Amino acid sequence: MEPHELTLAQALELLAKKEVSSVELTQALLARMEATEPSVNAYLTTTPELALEQAQAADQARAKGEAGPLCGVPAGLKDVLCTQGVRTTCGSKILENFVPPFDAFLVARLKQAGMVLLGKHNMDEFAMGSSTENSGFGPSHNPWDLDAIPGGSSGGTAASVAAGTSLFSVGTDTGGSIRQPASHCGVVGMKPTYGRVSRFGLVAFASSLDQAGPITRTVADAAAVLQVIAGHDPADSTSAPQPVPDYSAALGRGVKGLKLGVPAEFFVEGLDQEVEQSVKAAMAVLEQQGAELVPISLPHTDYALAAYYIIAPAEASSNLARYDGVKYGMSVRREEAGLLDMYLDSRSQGFGDEVIRRIMLGTYALSAGYYDAYYGKAGQVRTLIRRDFDQAFEQVDAIVGPVTPSPAFGLGQKVDDPLQMYLSDVFTLSTNLAGLPGMSVPCGFSAKGLPIGLQIIAPHFAEETILAVGAAYQEATDHHHKRPPL
Amino acid sequence: MKITAEEVAHVAALARLRLSDQMSAKLTEQLNDILTAMDKLAQLDTSGVPSTNHALELTGAMRPDQARPGLDHQRALANAPDSDGQSFIVPKVI
Repeated sequence: MEPHELTLAQALELLAKKEVSSVELTQALLARMEATEPSVNAYLTTTPELALEQAQAADQARAKGEAGPLCGVPAGLKDVLCTQGVRTTCGSKILENFVPPFDAFLVARLKQAGMVLLGKHNMDEFAMGSSTENSGFGPSHNPWDLDAIPGGSSGGTAASVAAGTSLFSVGTDTGGSIRQPASHCGVVGMKPTYGRVSRFGLVAFASSLDQAGPITRTVADAAAVLQVIAGHDPADSTSAPQPVPDYSAALGRGVKGLKLGVPAEFFVEGLDQEVEQSVKAAMAVLEQQGAELVPISLPHTDYALAAYYIIAPAEASSNLARYDGVKYGMSVRREEAGLLDMYLDSRSQGFGDEVIRRIMLGTYALSAGYYDAYYGKAGQVRTLIRRDFDQAFEQVDAIVGPVTPSPAFGLGQKVDDPLQMYLSDVFTLSTNLAGLPGMSVPCGFSAKGLPIGLQIIAPHFAEETILAVGAAYQEATDHHHKRPPL
Repeated sequence: MKITAEEVAHVAALARLRLSDQMSAKLTEQLNDILTAMDKLAQLDTSGVPSTNHALELTGAMRPDQARPGLDHQRALANAPDSDGQSFIVPKVI
């Protein structure tokens, strides 16, 4: 097996047995990047020298018996995560030259665990988008079909894991941004419970919804990465104080006796037939393994999109007020122009169209005279959506369904129609509104060879249930062993 | 019309954005479409329903009020568009 085809677990095993060194593995992935990056464009920044330094240090640590849980494994990270000394753009021209003076909490954890940083992944600007076409630096391409989108906003991250230019990674999910690209690229993507992973150093989009989580090839790898990044952080007052369980222990639990809810509202008109067939086949596999499928209803699903596209832009308009050209980021300063001109010019030249659209939408929804009709109403609808899930979880242990309405669409197909683009997240964003954990697991391919994902959703802090269901499914199937024709 | 060109200009001013005429026209049209779709929310009776601002009921994350090391001047100013080593320099305000 080629080094770029390895799972995280396989790479760690080879490293432990001294069958490969971290330097060799890192060199192999750097070579893979040279081969695939011209067509995939998963990376915005590459750090080959730093990677080889870290790989050498990892090999030395391992020789001394001091190997951390990710020691010597090379990967890139989504460019929304601050990396000390390594440029972090968030996919935006406004941060094109920003070099963070600190590491995000989870980046510090990954470094401590011994990861080797290959660079930073492409994404939709400020994580706003479903295709990476909103990146200020050009889109990424789906490794399974270079004319298709990889999904977004963590599209570069999912494409990199699928292409084998990262052996694992971490993305972020505000309305589906881990699960949707994972589903389109045929990899596993897990959004943990809100607050499970600290948001310190994660460039903010919508603070009540943002959550970081693993993107990997297998469910077992996702458990290993989550183990490293989960936990309380005093620097993020919304991070969860609950103790972190041993996630790997959940992998072998199986699904026997588990009740899996099937929401009627996720199987509606507009759902692609191939997606429906693959997801239903996956549900049948889980049933054969001993799970009980229970029809349920999430009656307010239809309102989630509207609530989300009020709440997320409202929070974004406030968070993105910090980009003013004063302390960091693009600053346009004309002669004889004043402070207000600097704000106006820097923001208008630095932000792309979708970011401007959402700042406008959010500012409008929060402005005098409209607050109650939009932001206030959306907050109430959010309560109804949360109650739907609370009631469902009185009957079932987890919920299963599709991740996206269709397989990956073509690059350029929806760029001029923002509302159509927003519909890509219709099955994922209600879990963000409710703060629930969710995962996408590869469950088949369309006739054109594009991956399809199965979504698994569980109650707050029931990541172990999701891992048990996902691992049981991967035990019985081989979709996750397939690699794109690159 | 949910939102007029004048309102778009007002919101842009609030958000400190300078829009070209072409961008203003396009945004007026797109925001109208999006806000029309949001009308769906008005169909729901939410009287008496409390608002959720945070999905998890976390309240009062307290910590001891102790001074801790933060960014030093050099690192804090490293990304500054303009500085004198002590402060951020901005265009004249008054």
